[in-house]
This record gives sequence, C-alpha cells and structure tokens, in this order.
Amino acid sequence: MTEAILTMTGISKEFPGVKALSEVDFRLLPGEVHALMGENGAGKSTLIKVLTGVYDIDQGDIVLDGEPVRFSGPLQAQHAGVSTVYQEINLCPNLSVAENIFIGREPRFLGHIRWSTVERRARELLRRLQLDIDVSATLGTYSLAVQQMVAIARAIDISAKVLILDEPTSSLDASEVQQLFRVIRQLKEEGIAILFVTHFLDQVYEIADRITVLRNGRLVGEHRTSELTLIDLIGKMIGKELEVLERLEDRPKRLAEDAVPLVDARELGRKGAVAPFSLTIHKGEVVGLAGLLGSGRTEVARLIYGADKADHGQLTVAGRAVTMRGPRTAMANDIAFCSENRRTEGLIEELTVRENIVLAMQATRGWTRPIPRRRQDELVDKYVKALDIRPPNPDALVRNLSGGNQQKVLLARWLITEPRLLILDEPTRGIDIGAKAEIQRLVAQLSDGGMAVLFVSAELEEVLRLSHKVAVLRDRQLIAELPNDDSLDVDRVMETIASGAKP
Amino acid sequence: MNTLVKHRLFWPVTMLVVLLLSNLIFTPGFFKVEVRDGHLYGSLIDIVRFGAPLIMVALGMTLVIATGGIDLSVGSVVAICGALACWRISEQGDQNSVTGVLVAVALALGLALLLGAWNGLLVAVVGIQPIVATLILMVAGRGLAQLITDGQIITVNSSPYKLIGGGYLLTVPFAILVALAVTALAVLLTRRTALGMLIESVGGNAEASRLAGIHSRRITMMAYIVAGLCAGIAGLMISSNVSSADGNNAGLWYELDAILAVVIGGTSLAGGRFSIAGTVVGALLIQTLTTTIYTTGIPPETTLLFKALVVTIVCLVQSPAFRAKVFHGRRRPPSTPAGPATAATEKVEVPA
Repeated sequence: MTEAILTMTGISKEFPGVKALSEVDFRLLPGEVHALMGENGAGKSTLIKVLTGVYDIDQGDIVLDGEPVRFSGPLQAQHAGVSTVYQEINLCPNLSVAENIFIGREPRFLGHIRWSTVERRARELLRRLQLDIDVSATLGTYSLAVQQMVAIARAIDISAKVLILDEPTSSLDASEVQQLFRVIRQLKEEGIAILFVTHFLDQVYEIADRITVLRNGRLVGEHRTSELTLIDLIGKMIGKELEVLERLEDRPKRLAEDAVPLVDARELGRKGAVAPFSLTIHKGEVVGLAGLLGSGRTEVARLIYGADKADHGQLTVAGRAVTMRGPRTAMANDIAFCSENRRTEGLIEELTVRENIVLAMQATRGWTRPIPRRRQDELVDKYVKALDIRPPNPDALVRNLSGGNQQKVLLARWLITEPRLLILDEPTRGIDIGAKAEIQRLVAQLSDGGMAVLFVSAELEEVLRLSHKVAVLRDRQLIAELPNDDSLDVDRVMETIASGAKP
Repeated sequence: MNTLVKHRLFWPVTMLVVLLLSNLIFTPGFFKVEVRDGHLYGSLIDIVRFGAPLIMVALGMTLVIATGGIDLSVGSVVAICGALACWRISEQGDQNSVTGVLVAVALALGLALLLGAWNGLLVAVVGIQPIVATLILMVAGRGLAQLITDGQIITVNSSPYKLIGGGYLLTVPFAILVALAVTALAVLLTRRTALGMLIESVGGNAEASRLAGIHSRRITMMAYIVAGLCAGIAGLMISSNVSSADGNNAGLWYELDAILAVVIGGTSLAGGRFSIAGTVVGALLIQTLTTTIYTTGIPPETTLLFKALVVTIVCLVQSPAFRAKVFHGRRRPPSTPAGPATAATEKVEVPA
C-alpha cells in the first residue's frame, strides 16, 4: 500500500457544551477518493474544519506529506496543498466568476492585475469542468449548481495535494453530478487525494475507494468500499438496526377527502418565478412537489406561504379567500414554511435553540406579550425530546449545531405553532440517513394527525414514499398532478418530467 | 474563576476598574464621596453625572446597532432638542414657571420622537442604508438647530430647567436619577417583554425573521424612535447643565462616543446580541477617561492623543484574538464566529 499523504491521529475537539470529536484517527492516500460518512453531528464537518485550520485542535496530531502540521486557517492549509469546497458555497456572489476563481492570487504584472489573463485562465479552467459560461458575469447571477462548479474550479486550480469536497453534490442534478464525478476521477488519476463528504449513499458506492465512518464524534471504522455492504454501512452510521428505515416502506394511506380543500390555489402565479398554477391540498394530505432543480418547486412553496407576493390568481384557505400580504397572513391562516436555506432564511444562528424555537410563536403574539419562561421551557423540552435534538441543551447556540439538528430546530419552531399546513422545502437536504428517516416518519405522523403537508424534495423516492399526490413541475410550470397509487413510481414521474406533457 | 473571566462583561468592567484605580495615583481622594450642603459630592459622582447624557445616547444606540443599523444623527438630535427647549423657555415671560418648563421639555421630547421616527422611516420603510439615512439628519440637524437658535447661543435663567442636568433631588444629582430610571426602563422593556429577543432576531438575520412572521419594520422603527428619544433626553441634560443651547457645538461627535460605548460594552456592530449593562459600563469608561484627563492635568494639546491611546488599549485587551496572541504565546483564537465583535472593535478605534 502507498504511503498516506495525510494522517490525523487522536484528534479531539470540544465546543461549549458539545464534545464534537474525541480521539478520531483518519488517513488519506494519494490518488484515492475517500468518503467520510456519518450522521448529522457525527463530526464530519468538524473534522474537516479542524484539518483546514478553521478550528483549533484541542488534542491530536496532523501529518501532511511526512511533516507534522497545524494550520492556523484555510489560507495556510491551501498553501500547504489542502483545498476545500464547502457545502455552503463560500464565494462572493457580487464578484465575477473569474474574480472569484483568482481572488487573492491574481496574476500580476508590475503590481497591476492582468485581467485578460485572469479571464482567459478562468475560461480554460471551467472548460476543463466542461462548463462554458461567461466568466466576466457576476457569480450571483448563476444557479447554485454553477456556483458550486466555480468553487471546485477554484480549489482545483490552487495546487492541491488534498482536495476536500464537503457535500459538493447536494445542489447538483443528476447530469451535473456525473460531470463532477468525471472531474473527480480525472483528479484521482493525477494522484490527488480526495476527501468526499456526502449523504447520498449511492454516490459513495459509485465514486469512493474507501470509507471512514464517524458516529457521535468517534471513529467507527475505516473500510474498503468493495468490502462494506450498504446495509452494514448504514448500520455503522446510525449504530442501530434498520427497522427505522423499513417501517417507512409502507406507503401512506389515502384519506377520505373533505369536500372543501384546506388550501386551494387557483391560477396562482408570479412573473419570472412560476407560471400560474392550480393546486389543492386537503386536511391530512401530503402533497409532493417533484421536478428538477430550478423547475419552480421552491417558487410554488414560497407563493403559497406569501414569502413572495403572487401577482396573479387567488388563494383560498378552508373556503375563505385570503389576500396574501406576506408571511404573517399565512401564519394567521395556520400555514408554516421551512425554507430550503435554513442558514440564510430559517435560523438566527447567534440565538439559542430555545429562542429559535419560540421565535415564530412569539412573533404572532407580538413583543408586548412574551411567552412565559416556564411555558417556553415546557415547549422547548418537549420538542427537543420529541425530535431528538442534539445536544439536548436549549441554551446552546444554533450556530454550533450540526445541519440535521438545525433542521430539527427549524421544524420545532413551526410545530409549536400547530399549523394546519406545513410547507417543507427540502427538509432532508444535506442531512444524514438517520435524521432523514426521522423527519420522514415525522411527516407521516403529522399527516396521520390531520396536518396537511406540502413536501418539496429533489429526491423522487422520498417524495413518492411520503406523498398522497405528486405535483410535477418543469420549466417553472406545473405540468401534471399525479395521484400516488400503486401504478406511480419514479420512472413514471421521470417520464412525466421528460415528456413535459400531461399524461 | 474561569466562568467569571468568560463573562461578556468581564473585560469592560476590568478596564473600568483599572482606569478608576489609576486615578488614585494622581488624586489620592479620588474615591471619596461626601455629602456637602445636602448634595452628594465626589469624583465618582461627577463621572456618573457628566456621563449621564452619554449613557442615554448610548442606550438608544445599542438598540439601533442590535437591529444591524447605526444612528449617526444622535449628536444633532441632542443639539436640536436642547435648542428647542431653551428657545421655548427664553420666549416665555417667567422663565421659572414650572408649567412653562414642562411644556418646553414635552415639546423637545416630542420633536426627538419625530426625528427618531424620521430615521426609522428612511431605514425601515424606504430602505436606505442606515449609515446614509441617518447621515442626512446628522448634517441637516445641525442646520435645524441653528435655525431654532437663530445662529446664536441661547442662554436661559430658569431654575426648574436647571434641575434636569445640574440639579439635585434627595441629595443625588437629578441627571443620575434620570439615567438610572431610563436604564432600568430599557432593561425592563427589552428583557421583560420579547422586544429584546425580536430585536436580536432582526439584527441577526432580517430575512429569516421576516419569514418567521416578525414585523421587522416595526421593530427597526421602534429602535430608531427610542434612539431619538434618548438623544432628546441627553440634549435636555446637556443644555440644562450649562443653561444654554449651542446649535453648533452641543452634542458634537456624540454619536462616535456612543458607538464606542456600545462596542466596548460587547455589542457587535454587525447586529444581533446586545448588552445594555455593557453599554452603560462602556459609557462610564469613556466618561472616566475624560474625567481622568482633566483631573490628572494632561496638557490639553495631548488629550485627544491620550484618549485615542487608552481607547486603543481597551479595545485590544477586549479582543480575544489579541489576548490569545499576547498572553498565550502561539495559541490561536477560538472558532471564527467570534470574529465580528473583534473586527468591529478595531474598526471604531479610529474616530476616538
């Protein structure tokens, strides 16, 4: 076996109230793709941040290329050959694509930046990723997928011995993922060690050579991908049997429909966002929104919640016409909305778990009527337990929680308001299989209890598993509404999306 | 001990105590407080008394900064309110009439509310960047104050008005009582109701707050109105203390001292978490510094430099990154999110 390019031994890291890593060992060989797996809060992100010097290490050693190292920041790590592409894109959306790729290391001549070289090299780089875009355009005008590719291009260009990809595929569609994998394989050939973090298990089996599994901040084991079955992997990640997943296999039962739908959107639309669509959601019904990235799924959800104002059509809630003035109108009609961007549109990261959970309820009460502390504690305790939010400390800052636990906090915020319609936009994106199963089970439970749910997800299996009815979107149009009976499967939904016609 | 050091007020309070103690070297009787003619006397009392207007302005500034904004116009509001009150009193036949003074005070504070609402309107409804929106009133306000005073310094001779900034009630300077009352009120208003949490939420993430159903506009508006009112009260204190209104110089550069007080108190200029107690400590620290400069007889031409030096030291000592570098050898600062407060601190050093 070749010598490891990177070895981490006995790494420990503690945050106030959270033991994020304890005595974790990790190694990376040149020319391999190594998947780092684990549930939310298992310590994957922390391990990466410790490696790249974002966080200080409490204990342990890192050896890179035979030299003991301890980076004081990502920049230093980069100079030593460790580049990272984070889950949340860390670029400047207000700068051009080319500027983003070369920021901080622009080719200069006599102190002046040579812009023509910058743009030419940026174009060449992106072409290597088979991405042909205008590099002088502002980054923010491109889709998240393109932005992700630009981030990868930047990391690749900085001479990297070790390339860390933290959830690079969570916002890419299938063909873009394949494009990325081609690039990863090419880099692998060049002898670069690639650390790959993802929640998509099939992607791990497609691309990774070896797998390291973490659980609760501890090392569970390191395995060759070929020697570890999928079932074993999941078992190691969640540390318990697979009944959670199996129990979800039963499809939801169809409820008797009420005469009047809970929410009835008629020809609701907004220019530039989504063409006028009609959609009904009944009490206790789970309606899934399926479609490719950018097909208008999120826009539909936002219009129904009033996050964006509709300029067309009419929304009726429980038979009453509603003039949507914004989120507060939606809330007054018991509609709740968990955004797909939990960091920018969901949570207040510098506030505590408790404050984040009671926020929406407090907002409806107004500032003059604070929720009594005892009632807050009751509510928060109840939901921290019910959703298994870890750490179970209401005074922990939300910023220090892992992605899945942050998602649960956001869910808890809306559940305590007891909505009649819960809109979930990508609630399981970027979170691990255990938390995913928990959230799916929760949706099924809520629906059994009579809550209507509008469920948006890029994963068709998930949509089909949970929904009573699937609305299919394509090119910002709602093109079909399919009842989820036995005849509906992923292929038929795909066909509908592909054909673009009503079946 | 460790929890004490980690408390967010530990460093501001320590710096304040150090500064007070250093005064003992130059002025042995610095800590002596005595009752003379039924009035409390002493350097400590003076610090709080002369610091009262700054505490007022800084309190309002705290709320505005917590929403993620900033209010540059407070110094001008100080001048306008002092000018209006003094002009009103000077216009009446009997300057000692209590009702007349009350009317003048009510008028001035009413105008302060309006000016605050104007800032709030520009920021929350029109959507102008706070620094630009309040710059308008900062500049125009001086003109407004001079219009009221007709370009002159208005002097008044009114004992009821003198009470606000220069008088005593139950042996305690009246300004201190006002400052105490308003501070207590601010704490009650923000921490006993949900206002504090909602302000922190809006300042922490405005879009997420909107989607959670918070009236961000209303909350932001309220912060600017409170800031206006607080500046108004400070304006009354200052003009009352000197029995005159100077549209040009009253409250000049006050906004910078207030911002500094807020930042020293541990509130990040990026918005979000705020600390009223911290702001009060910060304001007292600045006032102590000013007093120290006078009592130790530092030559007037070096006072600004001296002040800047001390403020720089205060900010550096408070910065976790700096402490880590100096006191723990090569150990690195803790996780990145602690950054904004530090950066903010360093940003504000300059104007002082």
